[in-house]
Amino acid sequence: MSFLSEQIDTSAVLQVHNLRKSFFGVEVLRGVSFSLRPGRSLGLIGENGSAKTTAANIVNGLLKPSEGTMLIDRQTYAPNGPGDAMAAGIGFIHQELNLFENLTVAENVSLRAFPKTVGWLPQINKRRMKERARELLAEVGLEIDVDTPLSRLAQGERQLVEIAKALSVDTKIIIFDEPTTSLTAREATRLFDLIERLKKRGIATIYISHILTDVLRLCDEVVILRDGAMVENVSTDGLTVSHMIESMLGRPLADLFPERSPRTGVAAPLLEVRGLSQPGIVANLNFAVGVGEIVGIAGLMGSGRSEMARILFGLDPAVGGEVAVDGSVVGERSPRACMAASMALLTEDRRGDGLMMPATILANLTLAKAADVVPSSFSVVPEKRLEEDAREIATALRIKAHDLDRQPVRSLSGGNQQKVVLGKWLLRAPKVLILDEPTRGIDVGAKAEIYAQIQTLARNGAAVLVIASEFEELFGICDRILAMAHGEIVAEFSGPVFDREAVIAAAMQTQAEAS
Amino acid sequence: MLRLLRRVFSSEYVVLLLTAIYVLGMWPIVPQIVSIGTLIDVLIAMMPLLVLAIGQTFVVLIAGIDLSITSTAAIGSVVAASLMTGDGGLFAGSAFAMPVAIATFLVVGVCVGTLNGFCVARLGMPPFIVTLVSQMFLSGLAVWFTSTVSTSVSIGNLPLAFTVIGRGGVAGVPYAFLLCAAVALGAYWVLRFTLLGKWLYAVGTNPQAARVSGVPVSRVVWLAFILSSFCASIAAIIYTGRLETGTPILGQRVFLDVIGAVVIGGVSLFGGKGKISWVIFGVLFLSVVDKGLQLLGVSLFAVFAVKGGVILVAAVLDALRNRLLVGSAR
Repeated sequence: MSFLSEQIDTSAVLQVHNLRKSFFGVEVLRGVSFSLRPGRSLGLIGENGSAKTTAANIVNGLLKPSEGTMLIDRQTYAPNGPGDAMAAGIGFIHQELNLFENLTVAENVSLRAFPKTVGWLPQINKRRMKERARELLAEVGLEIDVDTPLSRLAQGERQLVEIAKALSVDTKIIIFDEPTTSLTAREATRLFDLIERLKKRGIATIYISHILTDVLRLCDEVVILRDGAMVENVSTDGLTVSHMIESMLGRPLADLFPERSPRTGVAAPLLEVRGLSQPGIVANLNFAVGVGEIVGIAGLMGSGRSEMARILFGLDPAVGGEVAVDGSVVGERSPRACMAASMALLTEDRRGDGLMMPATILANLTLAKAADVVPSSFSVVPEKRLEEDAREIATALRIKAHDLDRQPVRSLSGGNQQKVVLGKWLLRAPKVLILDEPTRGIDVGAKAEIYAQIQTLARNGAAVLVIASEFEELFGICDRILAMAHGEIVAEFSGPVFDREAVIAAAMQTQAEAS
Repeated sequence: MLRLLRRVFSSEYVVLLLTAIYVLGMWPIVPQIVSIGTLIDVLIAMMPLLVLAIGQTFVVLIAGIDLSITSTAAIGSVVAASLMTGDGGLFAGSAFAMPVAIATFLVVGVCVGTLNGFCVARLGMPPFIVTLVSQMFLSGLAVWFTSTVSTSVSIGNLPLAFTVIGRGGVAGVPYAFLLCAAVALGAYWVLRFTLLGKWLYAVGTNPQAARVSGVPVSRVVWLAFILSSFCASIAAIIYTGRLETGTPILGQRVFLDVIGAVVIGGVSLFGGKGKISWVIFGVLFLSVVDKGLQLLGVSLFAVFAVKGGVILVAAVLDALRNRLLVGSAR
């Protein structure tokens, strides 16, 4: 199929027509068409597994479409790889950045085209390289010495470096894939300002995100995918978040957050943290989480919130202080000792330290529980009983998989992967559950289910500590919120109704003062 | 057709199939490849190799490697032989000579494994360097030790009670075979049914996730190295019994066969993937190839070249097989 001449949008920098993609006879992308004009921004939204990334990867040349055509500046565009995409002026900012920690900022920025001293010799002109890097960093608004090693940069700064790198060649279109997942609120704001500036310069952007309010704010048009099919391609004027959700899910979403009954009285403390300190990371943390209570930690990235979670679970050391569960102090600071005290930690990085990606769903679900049911490492694990329990949990959590026994976790969508991590801990029926970013990178449907699970756990008497970058989540599910900044707890708020501005101000205050 | 090919290549038994194809291909050229005599020869050649390969599997499963197995076997061989040799051994002529020697083999093995494991698990050194150093150190030590207790390059005159392990058997089944079967069954049991087995796979797949899930990662790594050296010392018992001498160059040539067999069997060098049955198939295949070439009467150098080629093909097939599996999983 090709373009009829009257279908060509002469003002578009990128025009995509009826893009389809099949893997082994299964059509995952079913006819996506849009056109993107210079200086405009297109949002690409849909649930996990709705083929957003597939569509983006086709545009970026990583995948070849089974059907459909693409035009860049009215010329046929059929890339054979990301190299062609780059040559055609497409920059792709991936969720996981493609930067080298061992190189300096200037080197990273110049990776695509190092300036040479003599044209045909491989010697790099360092002076010119640094000058150019300085210009590019100024363009993206990053004030930093170009000789700084990348490893010293925060996540948000690295992303700006990545964008500067995309700008180092003649780029017309930049694709952002979930750019804000690892950014703090302040870094995200800075990114949005930059995208606005890029738009003014005539650069077109494709913005893929689960955070619909951001899409609404940034984009001019939005393409909504459901199960690989394009259900809507509309202007964002007058569009609402609830309409977008309905369109993505194909049904209205019942309340995202579960209903809450107001808590009465003060619960007996289940998790108690006293004077926990580690120089440079956390300082003198004192708090308690009661039976059946959900406590949120509101803090920016770098506030010590994730570090605190790791210290609480014995993964990282602490020089002072103690942690007690149900009145008894956890003696040894190790994950095993914490698990013995009935604690559980859902880490922020589920690929890195939450799951064994190539292993089966059942192997992942039973890993933590296995040690509880046998006395020593050489004992036989009662696999059958364990797997029965795991299947029960999988059903309760509604993990969508066709074969728990054979299917690797890698093949699941983000939301289902997160349910596996949660299931691993639920199997042990923990008294204290620490959740670090439990809904990162997962779609709204799965989010609602995870909130509901957290709620159920608390109702059954667990103490839950939730860390989330999206403060809305905390407002929606927590009984109490502790604001954290610079490794300290700076304020405490009681629910169920929170003063949003006050919480956000508290979480940002000391950090703002310090910088 | 393509689907059939894909199913064959993604099957666990592809190595077994290749062995059969090889034998059938050789049959017209060297008819004696299909005979009881050959079968027995192959089984005999397989036994110590299989024990070493099983030991190596534990370490490869956690994404490590143990380069020191042959010199672990060698140092065990000379120390145990020096105790029981009729030429001035401490237990010469004693009825305890045999049991003491066996215990010595195993203790030496466990000590080496403990040391390797300590360096890797507690000091965080890379397994490659740790075991390379022990390989060099122990092989040197074995030669030096032999020179202090014997005037020859090896220690002979071992008691009959010990050498019978290499030759004798019960009801026609060689002791070596029984020992080997016991190791294979034990290893199968550990990997398939025990908590340690589950942990070994977990550590090999993702050590971070394993740690967060309460797996004592460093203890598991440590145990893997101990198991590897333990298996090396059992192989040393079989080799020493067969040779009827303790020698510091025991099994020097088999190291690459061990790694080759493990890889051919399909145990992933990246960790987390592998089974004892696969290792048995890998060892069988390599031993059959070896025997076939011997029957052809080609020179030793050619045998090495062919084996290298076969291991390469196996590695390529394995990569191909993985790609097919990944493809069909989508």
